Amino acid sequence: MSLMTPLNRVLGLGTGKGAAEHWWLQRTTAVALLPLGLWLAYALLTLPKFDYASVVAWVREPVTSILLILLVVAAGYHSALGIQVVVEDYVTGKGLRAATLMASTLAHVGLTIAAVFAVLKIAFGS
Amino acid sequence: MHGVQRPLSPYWIYRWEITMWLSSLHRITGLLLSLGAVALAVWLIALAMGADSFDAVARVYGAGWFKVPLVGWAFCFFYHLSNGVRHLAWDAGYGFDPKRIRASGWTVVVVTFVATAAFAYAAIF
Repeated sequence: MSLMTPLNRVLGLGTGKGAAEHWWLQRTTAVALLPLGLWLAYALLTLPKFDYASVVAWVREPVTSILLILLVVAAGYHSALGIQVVVEDYVTGKGLRAATLMASTLAHVGLTIAAVFAVLKIAFGS
Repeated sequence: MHGVQRPLSPYWIYRWEITMWLSSLHRITGLLLSLGAVALAVWLIALAMGADSFDAVARVYGAGWFKVPLVGWAFCFFYHLSNGVRHLAWDAGYGFDPKRIRASGWTVVVVTFVATAAFAYAAIF
């Protein structure tokens, strides 16, 4: 049961009812990023050369493409959720906060989709 | 804030100890890792755009001064990862008593410095 008036909830002072989902997604993406992050660190450590041809050949390997896409999506989601919390903690003023949250969402979705497309283009490209 | 001045949490009256430093560091390293993710995305997008774009980005990433952010991101990565495991353990209900919370904190500090030094030595320098 909510103790808040409907007006206060509408004004953004109550819960948006999304906290539990936010919490679970933060943890789920964290668990996904444990092996994916360690894999990337290991892969960068063992990649012998970082010139264009070598990196393209590496990204085109199916296992690399798949793991990179999973990593990019999990990291993008985890970062979006984390920055959302930081913004909600420190950015005051309803207009500025809404604008910052929107900018963060647009940047996260945009960069994540661009990076996934980049990996796919390299993987399927001639 | 809707006209009401609510009190903030009184974090400044406590003596700062390791748990509080590490908590702040988790958030700071998380923010810096978001920047690192941008750098990774730029690297991949440049790669998809072709050799010229990739070489331009690779020149910046391979520059001497860029070792500073690279080592910084390695530090942030190993800290956020190992301290993240600590957080997941707490979420599952383990290790929250004062003794173990400090012990796991110092463990994370040691793991971070060792892993960062090893990674920087092997991959960056």
